[in-house]
Amino acid sequence: MTAPRDKLGRPVVVVTGMGIMTSLGAGKADNWAKLVAGESGIRTITRFPIDGLKTTMAGTVDFVSVDPFSSTALSERMAELVTQEALAQAGIGAKADFPGPLFLAVAPVEVEWPQRRELGRAVGQQDITYDDLLRISGGGRYSAYHHRFMFGSVAAYLAETFGTKGSPISLSTACASGATSIQLGVEAIRRGETDAALCVATDGTVNPEALVRFSLLSALSTQNDPPQAASRPFSKNRDGFVMAEGAGALVLESYEAATARGAKILGVIAGCGELTDSFHRTRSSPDGKPIIGCMNKTLADAGMTPDQIDHINAHGTSTPENDKMEFNTTSAVFGELAQKIPVTSNKSMVGHTISAAGAVEAIFSLLTLEHQRIPPTINYETPDPTILFNVVGNKARDARVTAVMSNSFGFGGQNASLILTREPA
Amino acid sequence: MTDTPASKPGQTEVWITGIGLATSLGEGLDANWAALQEKRINVDEKGFAPHIVHPLMPVALDSQIPKKGDQRQMEAWQRIGTYAAGLALDSAGIKGNKDILSKIDMVVAAGGGERDLNVDSGVLTAEAKGANAPGFLNERLMSDLRPTLFLAQLSNLLAGNIAIVHGLGGTSRTFMGEEVAGVDAARIALARIASGESDIALVGGSHNGERKDLLVLYEFGDFNLKDKFAPVWARKDHAGFALGSAGAFLVLESKAHAEARGAKPFAKLSSVVADLAKRKRPGDMAATLEKLWAKLPKRDGKGAIITGATGAEPATSEERGFLKSHADFPVRSTGTVFGHAMETQFPLGIALAALSISRGALFPPNDSTGTEIEMQGAPTQIVVVGAGHWRGEGMALVEAV
Repeated sequence: MTAPRDKLGRPVVVVTGMGIMTSLGAGKADNWAKLVAGESGIRTITRFPIDGLKTTMAGTVDFVSVDPFSSTALSERMAELVTQEALAQAGIGAKADFPGPLFLAVAPVEVEWPQRRELGRAVGQQDITYDDLLRISGGGRYSAYHHRFMFGSVAAYLAETFGTKGSPISLSTACASGATSIQLGVEAIRRGETDAALCVATDGTVNPEALVRFSLLSALSTQNDPPQAASRPFSKNRDGFVMAEGAGALVLESYEAATARGAKILGVIAGCGELTDSFHRTRSSPDGKPIIGCMNKTLADAGMTPDQIDHINAHGTSTPENDKMEFNTTSAVFGELAQKIPVTSNKSMVGHTISAAGAVEAIFSLLTLEHQRIPPTINYETPDPTILFNVVGNKARDARVTAVMSNSFGFGGQNASLILTREPA
Repeated sequence: MTDTPASKPGQTEVWITGIGLATSLGEGLDANWAALQEKRINVDEKGFAPHIVHPLMPVALDSQIPKKGDQRQMEAWQRIGTYAAGLALDSAGIKGNKDILSKIDMVVAAGGGERDLNVDSGVLTAEAKGANAPGFLNERLMSDLRPTLFLAQLSNLLAGNIAIVHGLGGTSRTFMGEEVAGVDAARIALARIASGESDIALVGGSHNGERKDLLVLYEFGDFNLKDKFAPVWARKDHAGFALGSAGAFLVLESKAHAEARGAKPFAKLSSVVADLAKRKRPGDMAATLEKLWAKLPKRDGKGAIITGATGAEPATSEERGFLKSHADFPVRSTGTVFGHAMETQFPLGIALAALSISRGALFPPNDSTGTEIEMQGAPTQIVVVGAGHWRGEGMALVEAV
C-alpha cells in the first residue's frame, strides 16, 4: 500500500479518537447536542465565595469531583476522562499501552490557596511569614503536595495510566496551548518518529486567584447577570471573556497506520501554523501582522488557499480587542471571503477554556465536519458594526463544510492556527 | 521511547553556535569558565538558613534589557532568562539581525509562579487573627495583587519577554515539567532542525533559586539541602539539592544555515533522548539511564559526562550506580558548582559541554569523594545527563565538529 502523503511529501495526519469535556457536559454526544442547541455552560460560581469579585460567573466543570480539591487535580481528572473517551473511540493499542508519545497542554501548576491556608493553620501563631511556612513544610507531612504541585505531575500521571511512550511533554503557550499540543503531535508523526500521538489539553483553573488575576488585567466580562449572556463574541456590547474549564483529547495517527489497522478516520489535521508577536505581553501588534502571518503559514502548511476554507472556528474570546483584531486579520488574509465564510465562536457557550481551548475547539471543528452543521455563536443580539464576519448567530446552521480553520491567540504573543478537513486532500 | 535520531539519512547536522550564561558564578562564558578552573562555588548559607542556595551573581540588566519598563514587568526568573537569552544571541552573532530573529524558533523550559510573599503572608496572618468573612481572600487579592504580577508568573511569559526584549518573531513554545522540560526543549528543537522543519532555534531556560515559595514546595518532599554545603556526590547521608539561580540559553542551528552566514560552532548537538522511568522499584531509574545511554550514537572519541544530578535521594544514588558502570568516563556535576536550577540544569549542561569541547579541555573536578576524576586532553564527545529529582530522565550527546 502506498502511504498517502500530503502535498509536501509528509505523512498525512488523521484523527481517530476524540474525547471532550466542558461546562456543557461530558463526552462528544452531550457536548454536541447542547452546542448545536445553543445552550450555555456559564453559570454563577458556587465552588468558592464570590463576595468582593467583579466577575462572579464562569464555565466551571462542577460534575467532576476530586478530593482533595485543587485546580491541578481537577485538570488531571478531566484529562484522564477525555483520554479514556478518545482511546475507546480510537480502539488503539492495549490497556495502558498507547503506542506513541503524549503532548499535554496544561495550565501552569502552583501551590493553591487551600493548601497554603492549611500550612498557615499548621503554623499555629498569629503572625505568619514564609519562614514559618518553611519551618513546618518538611518531615513528610505534606509530601503529597510536592508531587501534586510539580509542573510535570499531570503528564506523569497520564503517561503512567495510559502507557504513552517516552518522555511526556507538558506545554504552555497560554490560550494557544491546546493547538500547540496538536501541532507537536502532528510534527512528531510527520517526522516519522511515531505512527501515533496522544494530544491532550486540560484546564480546571477557575479558582479565586486565577479569576482575580484576569480581573486585574481587565480581561474578564463583568456582565454577571444573567451569566449565560456574558460571553458575546462579535457583539457590540462585549466586554471580556468568561473563564471556563474543560478538556479535550485527540488520538492522532498517520493515515497509513490508521488505515492499516482499519481505524475509522474522523478527520485530518491538514495544517498547523504559529507565529510569535513580540509587540506586547497581552496585546496584539496593532498591524496584526503576526496573526496574519500565522494564518498564512497555516494555509501554506496545508497547501491550501483561502477559498478552500469554508468555515472558521474563531478564537472569538468576546474581548473588545480580540474580536476586532481577529476580523481585521482574517480580512487581510481572506479578503472579501472574510465576510462570506461562516464564522462561529464556541466560547459564546462554553466560555474560554484557556489552556484547553485549542483542543476543545479543534474537536468541535471536527464534529462540525462530521455533522455538516455549524454550532451557533449565542448572545449575538447586537452585532458589532465594525466586525463584518458572517457570524452564525444564535442558531446552528447546516452547511457544506470541507475545511475548517481554527484559531488560538494567547498572552505572550502566542498565535496558533489549525486547518482541519474531512478527507485527506 | 521517543528520541531524536542522531543521523538518519537526509537529516542535517545541528550546531551549537551561541551560548548565553548568567549563573551564580557570573555572566558570560569567560567568567563562568574562569570560575570553573578556579573551582569556585558561590553559596549562600545564611540568607535562607538553614537552606542553602546558589545566588545569582548580579548582572548589569540594562545591557541586555535596556528598558526599565521591561525590567519592571518581569520577576527575577524572567529577568535572568531574558538576560541570558540576549547573551546567547550575542554569542551567536545574531543580536539585532532582523532577518534571522524574525524566523528563529524558540523552545523554552520554564517553571513560573513567583509569589508575592507579602501578599501571601498578609492574608494568612489576617486569617490567623480571625478574618473569616466569605469574601476576605477575594477582597485582599483584588486589592493587594499587582495587576502585572500574573504576567511575571505565567510560564510562557519568559518566552514572551524574550520575544519582546530581543525582537524575536518566529515561533515560541514553552515546556514545563521540572528538569526534563529542559531535556525535551532541546530534544524537540534538535528534531525540528534535523528534519528541516526549522533552521535555527533559541533553546534554554532560567531559574531563580532564591525563592522561599519554591523552598516550601521542595520542602514538602524534604528535597532541600540544609545546614552545610557538600558536593553532590558527598550528600548521600545528607541528601538534598541547593537551589541555584541560573539562566542558560543556546542557539542551535543547521550546519548549512550556520555556514551560510559564516558562524562558527562551539560543538554539534548530535542527539537528545528522554524517557519517563516508573521509579517504583530500586533500579528502575538506573535501568532507564542505561537504556538512554545505549540509544545515543556510538562513542569512540575522547568522552566525558556532565550530569545535572541533584543530590536528592534516591535519584542520585541510582545515578551513581549508573555512572559506576561507565567509570572510564570522567564525570562532572553541575549541581555541585551551580546548584540545582531545575528546568535550566540540562541546557546548562549542554552549554558547559559545548564550552569544554570548544576550549579543548574538560573543567576540573570539584568533588571530595573521588567520583570526579581528572581528565587529560581535549574531550571530543560529552554526554550530558539530566535525571529529575522526582521524575524524568534525559541525555544528550555533544560532539566536536
